[in-house]
Amino acid sequence: MLAHLLSFAAIAVGGAAGAAARFWLAGRIDRSVGGALGLGTLCVNVSGCAAIGLLSILLDGSSGNQPSLWPLLVTGLLGSYTTVSAFSLQALLLFEDRRLGAALAHIAASLLLCLAAAAGGRIFGLLVA
Amino acid sequence: MRSDARAYLAVAAGGALGSIARHAVSLAAASLLGPAFPWGTLAVNMIGSFLIGFAFRALGPGEGGRVFLLAGFCGGFTTFSLLSLETLDLADRSSLLAVIYAGGSVLIALGAVWLGHRLGARLEPVRGS
Repeated sequence: MLAHLLSFAAIAVGGAAGAAARFWLAGRIDRSVGGALGLGTLCVNVSGCAAIGLLSILLDGSSGNQPSLWPLLVTGLLGSYTTVSAFSLQALLLFEDRRLGAALAHIAASLLLCLAAAAGGRIFGLLVA
Repeated sequence: MRSDARAYLAVAAGGALGSIARHAVSLAAASLLGPAFPWGTLAVNMIGSFLIGFAFRALGPGEGGRVFLLAGFCGGFTTFSLLSLETLDLADRSSLLAVIYAGGSVLIALGAVWLGHRLGARLEPVRGS
């Protein structure tokens, strides 16, 4: 019971920090390049996916016995730092704007770059671990 | 500066709540449907996308709680990093399952944000009158 409460507290702390970091970085990028294409969210998502691939190896979350930093750093921080809702909203706004090519590019780039970043993070983790 | 600090506080609080809610949904989904397929993440990405589409339209710009709900709660509730990590884990077992999960998650999120946006638009005349 205590372990459960502790992991929920760690997820809340990590989730607060991850959301604030996303808000800061995505806002900064969107202000410097213009927010229309959702580049800020894309950068946040790709960097977060690289980090989760790396951490999944370094923390060895596959052993079944979840390591103690997993709730704080993976479920909380990186889970909250990255986002699907802002991604899907930006895709919808591009569609509504009749910018079909930009919308499809946004969707394909998000999905492919995020998966590649997570796989790359994992491979990098296996090399350094 | 002061409103900036307030926005970060709202985003952090929303991110903490969203992350806890995401974890609770994942725990519930794993105990109901088993841990073999990440139903929990699929569900939060769908619900969070619906919610952001709805709130984006139903709450006017600058309306109270907008940053808390959109960048904070929806951002922290949905996750691209866990989606990517789970896709890699599924790919170890079956590449077909991984493609279905990743592609299905994105399509479902896009459908959900569209639906939320449409329903949110119905509230607009009520609010404006």
